[in-house]
Amino acid sequence: MPIIIATAVVTVIGLLCAVMLAIASKAFEVKTNPKIQQIRDCLPGANCGACGYAGCDGYAKALGENEEDRVNLCTPGAAKAAADIAEILGVTAAEVTKKVALVHCNGSCDNTEKKADYYGGQSCHAAKLIYGGDGKCVYGCLGFGDCVTVCEYDAIHIVNGVAKVDVDSCTACGLCAKKCPNALIEIITADKPVAVKCRNKDKGAVARKNCKVACIGCMKCQKVCPTGAITVADNLSTIDYEKCIACGACAEACPTGSIVFKK
Amino acid sequence: MDMLKNLIIIMMTSVLVNNYVLTKFLGICPFLGVSKKTNQAVGMGIAVTFVMLLATAVTWPIQEYVLNAFGLEYLQTIVFILVIAALVQLVEMFLKKSIPALHASLGIYLPLITTNCAVLGVCKNNITDEFGFVESLVSSLGAGLGFLLAMVLFAGVRSRIESSKPPKSFEGVPITLTAAAIVALSFLGFGGIIENLFA
Repeated sequence: MPIIIATAVVTVIGLLCAVMLAIASKAFEVKTNPKIQQIRDCLPGANCGACGYAGCDGYAKALGENEEDRVNLCTPGAAKAAADIAEILGVTAAEVTKKVALVHCNGSCDNTEKKADYYGGQSCHAAKLIYGGDGKCVYGCLGFGDCVTVCEYDAIHIVNGVAKVDVDSCTACGLCAKKCPNALIEIITADKPVAVKCRNKDKGAVARKNCKVACIGCMKCQKVCPTGAITVADNLSTIDYEKCIACGACAEACPTGSIVFKK
Repeated sequence: MDMLKNLIIIMMTSVLVNNYVLTKFLGICPFLGVSKKTNQAVGMGIAVTFVMLLATAVTWPIQEYVLNAFGLEYLQTIVFILVIAALVQLVEMFLKKSIPALHASLGIYLPLITTNCAVLGVCKNNITDEFGFVESLVSSLGAGLGFLLAMVLFAGVRSRIESSKPPKSFEGVPITLTAAAIVALSFLGFGGIIENLFA
């Protein structure tokens, strides 16, 4: 007899719970657009925020709810994601320009030196707290690889003491750019293979003393640039990629080799 | 006044002295799994606190008016698991519909704690300690806050571990467990405070 009561009690409690859940699942049903899930499946899921929305879920939701035609915002997913999403939404896909991350520093072990031995936590953010890092140049790459850790695609590595982007693997999600404590990394379009690989704002002589390939702010690049895309401010040259035609004249003129041009 | 004093003692006991994670070693799975980042640790901690409170509010009456009444105390574990699991599902559905923002921040942790042993442990201990309804609720709130405290403390410890270089053989899980043991050890220091709280 006791076992019957026990079984009955557990069964009744279980049934009550089941009924309650069954009613609740109807009462609290949330209607989701099935397209949102389909779109979400097309996205890479890195949650990098390159599209400007809060993660892949946010972007999928925005696309699904507003039937927007901005299907080409996902840079990691590139053309494939854009095409897939466009198919689901029934719109034509716009072209996705390939973008890559660019490290504005060339201060490898051959070009610059350490000013101190550092034995602290192996992270750029930690090292920067102590006199701006252990390198002679406080503007440059610290080389502890915070960007390497954060990269979802194994596209950035510390080579000879400086971060180097693997252009083929890079999806331009911008996680490394956000992570770098010296803000050395910029996302640019891949079709402009010219870059000022320096962010040193010290006067020319000081900058040059600390690093062989520093920008010394000599203005030569600004003068030779046919489109006026280069400006020198704070002893540092900057390229405006909107105007740049990637002719390579600046790299030829640069006396220190801080501007790099790869055809 | 005595009532209030009693409740404060119960609260402090379950937050510090009998901390569910660091002293009773319940709920270790989320403690180790979701303590990598502080904001996730806070989310998990709040979700656990919420579920503990709710679970106690439901399981205490069931124990008192159903199990005790039929003399079925030995069914406690199975009935509590059943009820807590169903309850968490219900809460998740409710949040999804009514407070989507809260669901988005809490939602991923809710299913994780459906059968968390700390939640079940709190409910069972409240009965074992012969607490009344209000005392049980205070005890669960304390247990939840203690869990939250342990999570946040340990998330801080872990972020320090991430940026240090332990010996190769200690990397990963071993160093995490060692750190957890040291944090737990430090909580033993709270052992004597309750007796002298109102002395």
